[in-house]
Amino acid sequence: MLRRTILKAGAALALVTSLATVASAELSGPVNYIIPFGPGGESDISARLQQPFFKEKFGQDLVVSYQPGGGGAVGWASLNGLSGDGQTIMGVNLPHIVIKPAQKDVGFKTEDLNIFHMFHFTPDALVVTADSPYQTLEDLVADAKANPGQVTISGSGKASANHLAQIKFDKMTGATTTYVPFKGTGAAVTALLGKQVKAEWGYTTVGAAQGDAVRLLAVAMEERHPLFPDVPTFKELGYDMVGGAYRGIALPNTASDETTKMWSDMISEVNGDEAFRQKMLDAGFALLDVDAAEMDAFMAERKEEYLKDAREAGLIK
Amino acid sequence: MNFDHFLTAATPFNLCLALFGVAAGTIVGSIPGLTATMALAVLVPITFSMDPASALILLGAIYTGALYGGAYAAILLNTPGTPSAIATTFDGYPMAKKGDGDLAVALACFASVCGGLIGAFALLLLAPPLSKVALAFGPVEYFWLSVFGLSLIASLSTGNLMKGLAGGAFGMILSTVGVAEISADIRLTFGSQTLISGFGVVGTLIGLYCIPVLIDLVAVPDRHLKVEKDVKSVRIGEAFGLAMRSKFNLVRSSIIGTLVGILPGAGGSVAGLVAYSEVKRGAKPHQKFGEGEPDGIMAVESANNATVGGGFIPTLVLGIPGTPPDAIVLGALLVQGVRTGPTMFQQSGSIVYTFIYGLIIATIMMLPAGLLIGRYAYKSIVTIPKAVLVPAVGFMTIIGTFAIRNSISDVVIMLCLGVFGWVVARFGFAASPIVLGLILGPIAEQGFVQGWTIGAATNNLAGMFFGRPISQGIIAFTLITLILPVFMARRQTKLLERNAK
Repeated sequence: MLRRTILKAGAALALVTSLATVASAELSGPVNYIIPFGPGGESDISARLQQPFFKEKFGQDLVVSYQPGGGGAVGWASLNGLSGDGQTIMGVNLPHIVIKPAQKDVGFKTEDLNIFHMFHFTPDALVVTADSPYQTLEDLVADAKANPGQVTISGSGKASANHLAQIKFDKMTGATTTYVPFKGTGAAVTALLGKQVKAEWGYTTVGAAQGDAVRLLAVAMEERHPLFPDVPTFKELGYDMVGGAYRGIALPNTASDETTKMWSDMISEVNGDEAFRQKMLDAGFALLDVDAAEMDAFMAERKEEYLKDAREAGLIK
Repeated sequence: MNFDHFLTAATPFNLCLALFGVAAGTIVGSIPGLTATMALAVLVPITFSMDPASALILLGAIYTGALYGGAYAAILLNTPGTPSAIATTFDGYPMAKKGDGDLAVALACFASVCGGLIGAFALLLLAPPLSKVALAFGPVEYFWLSVFGLSLIASLSTGNLMKGLAGGAFGMILSTVGVAEISADIRLTFGSQTLISGFGVVGTLIGLYCIPVLIDLVAVPDRHLKVEKDVKSVRIGEAFGLAMRSKFNLVRSSIIGTLVGILPGAGGSVAGLVAYSEVKRGAKPHQKFGEGEPDGIMAVESANNATVGGGFIPTLVLGIPGTPPDAIVLGALLVQGVRTGPTMFQQSGSIVYTFIYGLIIATIMMLPAGLLIGRYAYKSIVTIPKAVLVPAVGFMTIIGTFAIRNSISDVVIMLCLGVFGWVVARFGFAASPIVLGLILGPIAEQGFVQGWTIGAATNNLAGMFFGRPISQGIIAFTLITLILPVFMARRQTKLLERNAK
């Protein structure tokens, strides 16, 4: 009797296991999700937000690991040497993957990256402290015009999304500001809160994280961010600025078309989850749904714009 | 902040998590190359299914344990298990060589618990006001802080100043290789793809400290560490007595650690160095720092564990992570739906306070867990025959270096640096100044560039670098550190002359 029960239980267990295997047909175990930066940045946070939803939908863990170096270049240069069996994926960031290889040989080319999904972006935002004399964007522009160079603005890195935003903004407004590069958004925000600089080129995520301590003067979106209904877009104020840092995920280029398709579908499904979208919006992100099929057109458009901006700014030849 | 939160933190489940976390962290930290950051990154998904406070307690306990575990390898193998334990090697390894390794391990445990508790209580009681320290430090202050750290080279390399400075300069040059952190320039790679990633701190630490030790172990026939006939158990009573006698040193170093921990971008290694330099400056005549002085170990170990509580202050109050492990905790909180930042103490007060009590409990648990693991670590290192010890440690250095970012070229760089370190050590160049230069170089460079950019934009360069009160304070400390040893030496020779007459 007992033996039969055990046998039955064993059979049931085997059945359940095989069903589970069918459900995630091509994933053979936990997935190594490499972030080519240190922890705590926007890339890390958005990967962390994906983790529980991915586990729930596909039964496998996304194991995040960090491989910082060379502003992401070290990770991207190593990506295509990794196994393309679908068990390893890596975060990619725009404009980094366009600007870096255009500046110098960093061991990879933009076209080499097998990007299968761009799932969000952090819109550029001009941020000041809550007690800043700049109440509106025009206050800052007027000050920067009256005192050229005296308005110091922190941001993350050089030839980065923040830096490109500053260059573009100066050109559009005719004002002259001074860009002070910091190591990562956290350090740039610290400098702003400590009043080392007068403003910060950041993202909507900074507004979400800092709450009442800061004021966003404008955001670079087509429409206002749902989290900040009172913050105008640059467009509303007469400056045609829409953009920010875009983030997606890539596979090694040895991955088969089926594997790429599977991953594109899986991340699309996570991105389609209402609860996930809400968590992303609450953290200040803006969602993007560019899957593998649309990637080439999307990348071509972004690449053209970044290279044009960077060339005009003298960041690349 | 009431008693309820303490009771929530002290549920049997949370106590188990704290104990497990501390023990696991200690073991991870003791292996050079495996860092707290790595352990936390892997464990974060497990915490998604826990309630936020338990998750935080587990993560905090691992972090605390790892900072203490870093001392084992520093004391017994002259290799910092984590960058925070760099200054632990200064007196820890000499103590172990004299046969006092067991005492040193116990001292490190008492000091770590003391530092951890003071840091955690600062977080509990003073977090909002102390978070302002993080904001008061601008680029220029970081520049001067790193200059202060570099001035330690002068006091570290007594009688060998030029070689120390040359080592420090070499370390700073190493730090510039690869993609520059803020200007994004690619420097000194000579067209090599391998060098784009630059010289990582952990890989360099393993190479410069551990490989020369291994070479020496093979080169000389003596035992690795001197051992008295019978291997005593960890000398707890003696260590406790020494710790009690150094109350002032422990408290001062813990406060230094807490304050440095608050500064995002400084971290445990800087905290340990600053505390070491302070305790050395006040040395009594009978104390010989660098030759196995217990106060040196206690200063460093209490300071680096105090950075745990200190680092969580800007993380929780301002939403600005102080260290990479803090950044992972911040990410874990976000996923849990907890908003860090200015309103957190009001809105999510129960989670925050439960976490802080959990951290305190974990730190106290480090006492028994740390002493026990320390005893085994010591016994196994001194009793294992060399023929087993050397290959085992050698294997770990390679695995540890590879694990940082799965890169074989990191391993090659580590081994080359190791052989280089062994060769230059024959000529009197120590590893510590090189590593100091490597760690502090980028902090100095970034601070200088940013300070200069802001100063030039506002036409106030001199005021920027010399006119700010905190900068002036740090400059004054630097001058004292540099000048005092010269002055003291001169006075001593005069006294000797007078006595001779």
